[in-house]
Amino acid sequence: MQESAYLLGQVFNGFSVASLFILAALGLALSFGLMRVINMAHGEMLMLGGYLAYMTLQVVPGPLGILAAMPVAFLGAAILGGILEWSVIHRLSARPLDTLLATWGVSLVLQQAARNMFGAIGVEVVAPTWLNHTVSVDSGFFKGLDLPFTRIFILIVAALVLGGIALVLNKTRLGLYVRAVNQDRPTAAAMGVNARRIDLLVFALGTGVAGLAGVILALLGPVTPTVGQSYIVPAFLVVILGGLGSLVGTTIVSIIIGLFTALIEIFVDVSVAQVLLLVFVILFIQIRPQGVISIRTRALEG
Amino acid sequence: MTTLLKLEKICTAYGQSKVLWDIDMTVEHGSSVALIGRNGVGKSTLLNSIVGVQKLTSGRIVFRDQDVSVLPAYGRARAGIGYVPQGRHVFPQLSVIENLTVGLAALSGRTDVTQYGIADHIFDLFPKLKQIGHRKAGLLSGGEQQQLAIGRALAGQPKLLLLDEPTEGIQPSVVKQIEQALRRIRVELGVTIVIVEQYLDFAWSFSEQYYVMQRGQIVRQGSTHNETAAEIAHLVNI
Repeated sequence: MQESAYLLGQVFNGFSVASLFILAALGLALSFGLMRVINMAHGEMLMLGGYLAYMTLQVVPGPLGILAAMPVAFLGAAILGGILEWSVIHRLSARPLDTLLATWGVSLVLQQAARNMFGAIGVEVVAPTWLNHTVSVDSGFFKGLDLPFTRIFILIVAALVLGGIALVLNKTRLGLYVRAVNQDRPTAAAMGVNARRIDLLVFALGTGVAGLAGVILALLGPVTPTVGQSYIVPAFLVVILGGLGSLVGTTIVSIIIGLFTALIEIFVDVSVAQVLLLVFVILFIQIRPQGVISIRTRALEG
Repeated sequence: MTTLLKLEKICTAYGQSKVLWDIDMTVEHGSSVALIGRNGVGKSTLLNSIVGVQKLTSGRIVFRDQDVSVLPAYGRARAGIGYVPQGRHVFPQLSVIENLTVGLAALSGRTDVTQYGIADHIFDLFPKLKQIGHRKAGLLSGGEQQQLAIGRALAGQPKLLLLDEPTEGIQPSVVKQIEQALRRIRVELGVTIVIVEQYLDFAWSFSEQYYVMQRGQIVRQGSTHNETAAEIAHLVNI
């Protein structure tokens, strides 16, 4: 295999890891940006998405099952997220530490519920055959480069979700109200914006995206009751480094972390790569504590 | 004249410390009322309480014969209370047009609305806003932001407009423009105005009624036609 092909392959891997981070972190970034709420049960929304994918495939087997699973997982996680926001988070909005504890409790309850329903051992979601192909380059400069369809699919899903959310935020009235509440909640309310409803919708949207991410995770490995846990830490890293609540920041940092992990693995093994990633994060936060994107204006500085 | 807004024994507190004590106030339809007093006497808190940003501990707010004290802030905006907060509070990351569009949220669920977009009279009052429509509000000058904050409140087609120190930190030439605009808002649009103002001449120039606040209470009220600003000044100046 040529060096250039290997390098490009790693870059591609980096982007597909970044796509997963984007999907896992987007919901967190949205709800944290708007409500300053840390949802410890966010990882379980990924898990729920995975199990919903599994169940959908029981009902709709065949090549299109996975496509049917995506809206199911999105809606299922969004509805559960909406209930969580309405029943727990909104009632504790003035007490951030209690929200942390309460959502952690919800996370444990959901994990145990999954254990009781599906067993502690994971369930398998078999990727449809059309995802099992690989694009191989047989000649030229990148001879030997293999691009698995599954990873291309992840990239496409992440790009579509990101584009969709950017469209909603920037081109719709709802998105405008979200941005207004994000910037100045009391003033937005005094202008007639029902900030409470915006919170609920944004939280549900964020958990819905996590549900979608769960479908993608299910394509890559077994769905277990704790599958979300391994993604929640990098998701928090992405949200903090991105600049709280910034979608552009979330995307940039996801790509940086994805590429960093993939490229550093050329030189060191996976666990050392993880250590170096955390060192990188610590250094980054020292230099730029406000994250990649920060909101600064004359109005705020004055 | 009919009563548009009536405050009945309003009390407010920040935690344990009480800041407003039994405020009574009546604002007639079509009038203009100046609310004056030194810094920290509770003028902004009173406006915030009317708007719903600040919770009441007791008392009642009746607006257009409806008890609005039970409504959340957005409900009061939709009932027809427009607000221009102190320090302008434009949405810094949104463009001028987007800021005005947020103001349209107050039209939601209203039956008396004739036009659902940003009304032309806003650009007629503040032509500058049209020229700078796509600029981010956070990058505007203080005067431009003030015009935007007033325009944003007008976008919601309010019956009552509450303004909190609209001349604060603004150059004199713009103060003049704002004064003219407020006069037109009252005469041409028929909007009732309650204005918190330290600059007494400005307040006197178009208000008929005044209320003086001291330590969270109304200590004096009267007509601006019967008393001059100079006669009241000793209650306001330090």
